[in-house]
Amino acid sequence: MTLKYLVAGTLGAAMLSTTALADAHMAQGRDGNVNIIYWQAASIMNPYLSGGTKDLNASSMVIEPLAHYDETGAMVPTLVDEIPTVGNGGVSADLTSITWKLSEGLVWSDGSAVTSADVVFTANYCMDETGGCQQLAKFGDVESVEALDDLTVKITFTGPKPFPYGPFVGSTTPILQAAQFADCMGIAAPTCTDQNFGPIGTGPFTVTEFRANDAITLAANENYRDPSKPAFATVNFKGGGDAAAAGRAVLETGEFDYAWNLQLAPEILADMEAKGVGTVHSSFGPLVERLMINLTNPSAELGDERSTVAHPHPFMTDMAVRQALSMAIDRPLLVEIGYGQAGKVTCNVLPAPAIYDSPNNAGCEVQDIAGANALLDAAGWVMGADGVRAKDGVRLSILYQTSTNAVRQDFQALIKQWWSEIGVETELKNISGGVFFGGDQSSPDTFQKLFADLEMYANNFDGTDPEAYMGSWACDKIPSPENAWLGRNMPRHCDPAYDALVAEMAGTADLNERARLAIAMNDMLMQSYTIIPLVHRGNVSGVVNTLEGVRLNAWDSELWNIADWSRAE
Amino acid sequence: MLNFTLRRLMFTIPTLLLISFIIFIVLDLAPNDPTGNLPLTIPPEVRAKIRASLGLDAPMYIRYLLWCQQFFINEPLNLMNEWFGWCIGDCENRLRVSSWATRSPVVDLIAERMPQTLWVVGMSYVVGIMIALPIGVISAYKQYSWFDQAGTFVAMVGFSVPTFFTGVLLIVIFSVWMPNDSIFWLPSIYDTTHEVTDWSSFVFQIRQIAMPVMVLALYNAAQISRFMRASMLDNLSQDYVRTARAKGLREKSVLLVHVLRNSMIPVVTVIALGIPQVFGGAIITEQIFKVNGLGQLLIIGIEGADIPLVQTLTFLFAVLIVMFNLVADVLYGLLDPRIRYD
Repeated sequence: MTLKYLVAGTLGAAMLSTTALADAHMAQGRDGNVNIIYWQAASIMNPYLSGGTKDLNASSMVIEPLAHYDETGAMVPTLVDEIPTVGNGGVSADLTSITWKLSEGLVWSDGSAVTSADVVFTANYCMDETGGCQQLAKFGDVESVEALDDLTVKITFTGPKPFPYGPFVGSTTPILQAAQFADCMGIAAPTCTDQNFGPIGTGPFTVTEFRANDAITLAANENYRDPSKPAFATVNFKGGGDAAAAGRAVLETGEFDYAWNLQLAPEILADMEAKGVGTVHSSFGPLVERLMINLTNPSAELGDERSTVAHPHPFMTDMAVRQALSMAIDRPLLVEIGYGQAGKVTCNVLPAPAIYDSPNNAGCEVQDIAGANALLDAAGWVMGADGVRAKDGVRLSILYQTSTNAVRQDFQALIKQWWSEIGVETELKNISGGVFFGGDQSSPDTFQKLFADLEMYANNFDGTDPEAYMGSWACDKIPSPENAWLGRNMPRHCDPAYDALVAEMAGTADLNERARLAIAMNDMLMQSYTIIPLVHRGNVSGVVNTLEGVRLNAWDSELWNIADWSRAE
Repeated sequence: MLNFTLRRLMFTIPTLLLISFIIFIVLDLAPNDPTGNLPLTIPPEVRAKIRASLGLDAPMYIRYLLWCQQFFINEPLNLMNEWFGWCIGDCENRLRVSSWATRSPVVDLIAERMPQTLWVVGMSYVVGIMIALPIGVISAYKQYSWFDQAGTFVAMVGFSVPTFFTGVLLIVIFSVWMPNDSIFWLPSIYDTTHEVTDWSSFVFQIRQIAMPVMVLALYNAAQISRFMRASMLDNLSQDYVRTARAKGLREKSVLLVHVLRNSMIPVVTVIALGIPQVFGGAIITEQIFKVNGLGQLLIIGIEGADIPLVQTLTFLFAVLIVMFNLVADVLYGLLDPRIRYD
């Protein structure tokens, strides 16, 4: 194909006839059916009512945002001709507004025209206070969304917004059809079952049958903007089972063409791939498995004040202890045991996109037990008869919590072993994910309360801009009883210099300057060992050999380019 | 008999209300959060709004009463409207029991799941019974023969080897090792959207239910065959059997008319008591073969803290169990004239 276009391009005049010829061969739906398996079944096709990745990916085949992120994290226009920037006048000079211009002639799958009114409606739909919109954070600083004409939408922010691509960029905030969802505003949103199961969209496919938490059947959208796409006439999007069964169905039996999120032990995945039916693809976003140190005292004796800034931690406030804990960890072994192809060693909590990846923290990949011991000796932590170090009557005894998950429990066991070699006693605890990550105020086991000395989990951010993510370790984001334990500053890290960088980034538009600030913030957290990164985790998907065109994307829906998928001959 | 049935029926009402309340309390006290499984990129303030939009900020008893109203009043009224077209009250905007994850009425979800559960779990129960009864009869009649020993062995295997092992074993044999073009190759993933319209689609349906049905049938047959064997043995040593033989009846009618009929009484009750489990689905087997029936619906609901869904499903299972207990009692009286409840 590339060769064909190259030749056509050089011949100039010949190009028209070549593409015309190509079109005749490339009718929509020429490749029949494609089978996709998601071991977590999709529950709904409206990402505003469900932030779950499975639901988001399913809906991305049908409804689309104004622009997508491609696999490198760059923005690509979807329903517009160009991405607005300060340079082309799309973003106002004072950074308070962004103006999008829809492409001409776009139609919904029912044949009606896509207008700016649909975009305005979608914004109002999500920003309705009573609707429980799950993507509300994307519209956080939006003051108003207005239609300037049929194709032009202006989004005004409450203040300068250096990165104004929150709303309508990426599959989390697609455009809904105003006509279809008109009666579904606010408290009526959940009652619109038909709309939520079968939204009318601009994407390559339309829903023919939706069986919640089970299977979705889709057919090619006859009104799709590119008449030669999608290559597949129908999609069977099956849900259920587990990752191993999904991997087996693609990599061993070949019953399915694409399997999402194959979180399996590396050797199992390698065995499956060795069958030669399909291959494993991986892609890396900003997801990092990390240890969060609690800088405050979690002792139960403190009652309501446990794990609050009122009481500093008896020994975690000593940087030598935190550094020794980090030095004792063998990160390459953790990657090999837990993630294989789906993991990389990282010494940064912000390892991606590439421009934000700090070069200043290399060296953590080498385990250094002797160095850690020397560090603790120098800091006055004396090894006791029981093999546990102590200073002034304080023993280095740690409660280490995480969510229940086979890989995490392996990690806990290994890390406990390494820490015992440097004289640190570790008690392990694991909590069901629904409780640990849930915000139940009555539970003492949530990751925000952190009633432990440290905890392990993975986190990332949506899209490619790390401003809000890095801002989550500012002083005012510390979870406490006063703010109902909301906030994501688990280490209770509070440094005026860090807050100053956060404020500076909020007023900086230049990308390179933003990268410098993000790297500086990352380095502060890394070099103070407040957050100890372990593994940079990726997405892993299985693709059968006869399926072409998959470009696995960590920045957007995995199915973002399903219109370009086709069957190999 | 009629009096007894009516009295028992009346008694089920407070029982079921109490059960529904206990289920609700247990679900409410469990530390769980419907926003717990959302990606961490969704900030806590938004989560708080989502919980409020689900009505979780109301007190417990209000939420329970609301569920009662939706389930005991609104849902039956809605069914009448759909089946007979009777519209009572505001039938357009009636609030139904809705799942939090899918935002659709729970009863519709259950109706959508029923066919595959009945196909697979129901069929496995029928197949299991058809295998178990002859094995039980012959095992008892030829006690300690090689057939009895083999039957006992199969029953032990079926009873003690878990379905997540037999299921995966069958998949490895029939889906992975078997070449794809062989007639013995079977799909490892159940297609719930498949519709039986002609002979070839019927054959496909048979192929896709074959593995899950066999796995469950082995388990069911193991239990029932042991009951059948024990009951036959009890009867074979009774005086009336000797009398029948002494009268010169043929062995076939002694065994199949006199003994079998009497032996069936306890077995029929066991079978009746097992029927609610058919509707409950088979959580593990459904998960392995991706049948996505009622069992899988329940598990997804529990994982996602989808309380209205879990509450409604478990309550319906409770109704079935109470009802089939009653059916078993009544059947007992009908089959055995000596038993009278009045």
